[in-house]
Formats: sequence, structure tokens, C-alpha cells
Amino acid sequence: MWPFVFNLSLMTPSLNGDVLIVKALHIEQLTKVYPKGVQALSGIDLRVEQGDFFALLGPNGAGKSTAIGVVCSLLNKTSGKVRIFGHDLDTEREAAKACIGLAPQEFNFNMFDPVVEILTNQAGYYGIPHAEAAERAEKLLRQLHLWDKRRVQARLLSGGMKRRLMIARALVHHPRLLILDEPTAGVDIEIRHSMWAFLREINQQGVTIILTTHYLEEAENLCRNIAIISQGRIVEQTQVHELLRRLHQEVFVIDTAQALDKMPSIEGFKLDKVADHRMEVSVSREHGLSQLFAGLNAAGVEVVSLRNKQNRLEQLFMDVVNHSRGTGV
Amino acid sequence: MTFKMTYWVAFRTIVMKEMLRFMRISAQTLLPPAITTVLYFIIFGELIGARIGDMAGFRYVDFIVPGLILMAVISNSYANVVASFYGSKFQHYVEEMLVAPLPNWVILLGFVSGGVARGVMVGIVVTLVALFFSDIQVHSYAVTLAVFVLTSILFSLAGFINAVYANSFDDISVIPTFVLTPLTYLGGVFYSITLLPEFWQNVSLANPVLYMVNAFRYGLLGVSDISLTLAFAIIIGFIALLSAYCMHLLNRGVGIKS
Ligand SMILES: Nc1ncnc2c1ncn2[C@@H]1O[C@H](COP(=O)(O)OP(=O)(O)OP(=O)(O)O)[C@@H](O)[C@H]1O
Ligand SMILES: [Mg+2]
Repeated sequence: MWPFVFNLSLMTPSLNGDVLIVKALHIEQLTKVYPKGVQALSGIDLRVEQGDFFALLGPNGAGKSTAIGVVCSLLNKTSGKVRIFGHDLDTEREAAKACIGLAPQEFNFNMFDPVVEILTNQAGYYGIPHAEAAERAEKLLRQLHLWDKRRVQARLLSGGMKRRLMIARALVHHPRLLILDEPTAGVDIEIRHSMWAFLREINQQGVTIILTTHYLEEAENLCRNIAIISQGRIVEQTQVHELLRRLHQEVFVIDTAQALDKMPSIEGFKLDKVADHRMEVSVSREHGLSQLFAGLNAAGVEVVSLRNKQNRLEQLFMDVVNHSRGTGV
Repeated sequence: MTFKMTYWVAFRTIVMKEMLRFMRISAQTLLPPAITTVLYFIIFGELIGARIGDMAGFRYVDFIVPGLILMAVISNSYANVVASFYGSKFQHYVEEMLVAPLPNWVILLGFVSGGVARGVMVGIVVTLVALFFSDIQVHSYAVTLAVFVLTSILFSLAGFINAVYANSFDDISVIPTFVLTPLTYLGGVFYSITLLPEFWQNVSLANPVLYMVNAFRYGLLGVSDISLTLAFAIIIGFIALLSAYCMHLLNRGVGIKS
């Protein structure tokens, strides 16, 4: 179904660390100043490989949607270069546009149009004849569980259905690069998981995906590479697992059966009592959890439950963003 | 080559969508002009017109037919494009077109064709109504049709410009109320400008609608206050000017891209 399947092994790095095969997205020194003077992007560089599943993270107002807007021709850039599969936006805009499918952050379909027409019209704008557009629309609406709603006006869909409609619309012309700006905002857990499965499948079929999200769990689950943007600058770009590896400490919250009158002390772990039946333990990477349990056992502490104090990625994210703000990077 | 095909598909998509839009709300788009025309014919044609007598050698009711048809064409072409394009900005679905690989001229041509489609349909409805009340023989089908379509194109373009600059629903009714309606009423729909004192005749000549109404009247009745060549030159000149301006606005992204 997806004609754009790439063999990942082809993407061998060349000597200068660059990659031989053309980038799905290549942004150089992109800046954007809005008409009233807001500087939303201050020179960002971004490279996304073909076939990647890429997360663009950043706090509210960081410039994620602005960057996406420029890449998708919805905003004029102030300066810089953008290439999509090698097509420069300045010189080959139409070829570049044809490669991209966008599901934006805000709903932007005609609320009074029937669902299926939103897909077939969008396909039409990409030059796909109506009969084929109708076939593709059916397939996508079925995959995204919207087929029952095909004749309903879009305004009558629930929020989560509207999000899925935007994803379906973004895929109707079979783009090589799918850009999703907060695709799972306001989507319930069950649907979110089925959306994840769907996106993984699309990615496996060779479609490069870039998504922004505020759910770090989502980035951790789906994405291979990640960039963190803060105040219009890229402050971090790396692999997701590399980022996770940098987490030295994890804090666990442990509830105990007995009141913790006397805190045990265990070699290599820092234990803090936070309530009568609760303590927090910092665990560094060198020490495993089994050592902790052995120690607690020996001290006669019976563990009732154990959980992470905070999502580790969230902690790291806060660190990176705060650091970049603090030092004015 | 394949690009040409895709442009054609995109153009068709826009036009079909535009036509579907006004057909779906035909109670607001096709019916009202029919009703107002009936009222005009009853009041100006039958009641008052009977006391006016002839104008330019025609019964008054016959004399006003061309102007009334063209008035409906003008306001409906304009209204269609201004409402539709402003709606696409307001609800942001203009972005569906902006992300797609279709050139701006296809977008413009699509919306203008939608406006022309509505203008032509309303024109036909009004003409059918007019046939009940009047007795006219078409003088020149070629001139009639040409003026009909060109006027519709011209005011579709004007509606498009209005929509580009509009930032609220008020903005899309200001121009029709304060500019378009006065221009059409003073454009010789209801009278021959030879009735006016010389000074006002000259002022009237600055009104582009006058040229269209007169050219159209020539097409239907064979009489005009204005030379036909001049009328066509002015209509086509305005179309060229407004098209260029629309393209300039679209290329710069005025009102649609920050
Ligand atoms: N149309 C606009 N005109 C002026 N300023 C804007 C416009 N859109 C966004 N901005 C400003 O640009 C900056 C970046 O906004 P942007 O929408 O790109 O952030 P974001 O990273 O997508 O945030 P969020 O996570 O909240 O969606 C913000 O300061 C915002 O106020
Ligand atoms: Mg955003």
C-alpha cells in the first residue's frame, strides 16, 4: 500500500558523519519573526533521516508549531533553508509539498462538511482523481474507525474522532513524511494506544514521521530520535535511548506494611522517610533494584508497593529546558 | 505533463466544492434573488412603471429587466466568493489548499469559477422570473452572454479581494452595503442616464457598473447609453487589474499566511 519503503541499512554514514541518502527533512538556520515582532524561531537546525520516527519536544510557546508551519508552507519564514527529501522550499515548493502530510495542532477542516468529503477534497487538491480518492478515503476511515461516521458533519465528531480525521486526511495522498502536531491531545488512553499501533505500522511501511507531543511517554514509546526545542532554539537533538541512558538517578516511592519508626540504612542507597508508611529511595544506575530489596528484606521492611516518583523523561526534559533557559543558550 | 493533470483535478475539486456549498444552502442563495426580483417587477414594473411610460423606447418594465438580472448576478457572484473564501480563512480550512502542491492561480480560478457558477444560476432564475413579467426579445445572444459571464468574473474577483482583507463577518458586509449596492443602483439599472443633468451624467460615467448594465441592456434590448467597445474595454480592463491584484495578494500570503 505504501509505495515508499526504504531499507534502513542503506543509510550508512559517510566519512564526514553526514549521511549519503537525502534527508527527509533538513532545516538550516531557520528563523521566524512574526509580523508583530515575536521571534518564534532563532536559527534552528534539524535533520530527520528517511524512515525515522522523530519527536519534537518543547514547552508551550517553544516554537514547535511555528517550525511545522514553515515546513508545511503555512507560514512564511524570515530566513534559513528548508529541504524536504532534497526539495528546497524556495525553489521546488510544489515537489516539497507533495511529500508532506500534515495533521496540525488546531482543527482546520470545514466543520459543516461530511467526513468523507474532507478526505476526498484534500486528495483532490493533491491531484488525486475522485474515484481513487474515494477508495483511499474508505480505507483510511476504516483503519481509523471513522467509517461509520463518514456521512456525518465533522462538527458532530468527538474531539478524539476529529484528531483521527486529521490523521486520515494527512495520509490520503500517501505522503513520504507525516507531520503530526500533538496528534493525541485530548485522546483517551485506549484510542491513544491504537493510534500508536497505527502510526508504528505506517512508519514500518517506510513513512517518516515527525510528531510533537507533551506526553513524554509517547515520545519514549514511539520515537527513535528526538529534538528538544525551547524558546525558539534546539537545545538537544539525540536518540531517545541515548537520552534515557543519561538518567543517572531514579527516585522510587515505597509504601511499607509497618510504620517506619526507624529508617533502615542500606549500603549504596539513599533512603528518606516521607510519611509513616512511606519512603523515597534514590537508585543510581550502578545499583540494581534487587540489591535494594535484599537490603530491605534484611532490615525486616515489608514492601507493599513501589512506584517511580516521576517519569524519568519528564525529569530530564525539565532539566534540559531549565538549563537552556538558565544559561541563556 | 502529469502536473497539468493534477492541477485540473485540484481545480475541479474546488469548483465542485464551491457549487455544492451554495446548492446545499439554496434557500439562502438561489431563492432570495427570485423573491426580490418578483417584488421589483411588481412594484417598479407593474405599479409604478405603468405611470412612467416608455424609457428609451421600451416599456419601463422591459427596460429594467437587464439591470435587474445583472444586479442579481453582481451581488451573488460577489457574495459567493466573499463568504466562501472568508469562511475558509475563518475556519482555517484554507490551509488544506495551502499545504497542497497547487499553484495560487488554480485556487483563484477555482473560487472565481464557483462565483461565476452561482452568478449564472441566479441569473437564470431571475431571467425566468423576468419572462413572466416582461416581453423581451434578445437582441444579441453573444453580447448578452459575454457581459453576463464577464461581469460575474469581475465581481467574483472583487469578492475574493474583500475576503482576503476581511477579519470579521462585519468586514464582508461593509463593501456590499456601502459600495456595491450604491454603485449598482446608480449604475443605470432603473433609468437611462440621459435623464440626468449633464453634471450627473458625467459623474455616472465614473461608475464601472454603468458600463456593464448598459452593455447588457444592449445585448437584450439593443439600446445603450454607452459605446459597446468602451464598455467591453472597461470590463476586461477591470478583470485584468483585479486578477493581477488577487494573484499579488495570494503570492504574498496577505490575510492567510503570517
Ligand atoms: N500567528 C502568530 N502571531 C504572532 N505570534 C505567534 C503566532 N503564532 C505563534 N506565535 C508566537 O510564537 C511563539 C511560538 O509559538 P508556537 O505555536 O510555535 O509554540 P509551540 O511550541 O507550538 O507551543 P504549544 O506547545 O503550546 O503548541 C509563541 O511565543 C507564540 O505566542
Ligand atoms: Mg504548538
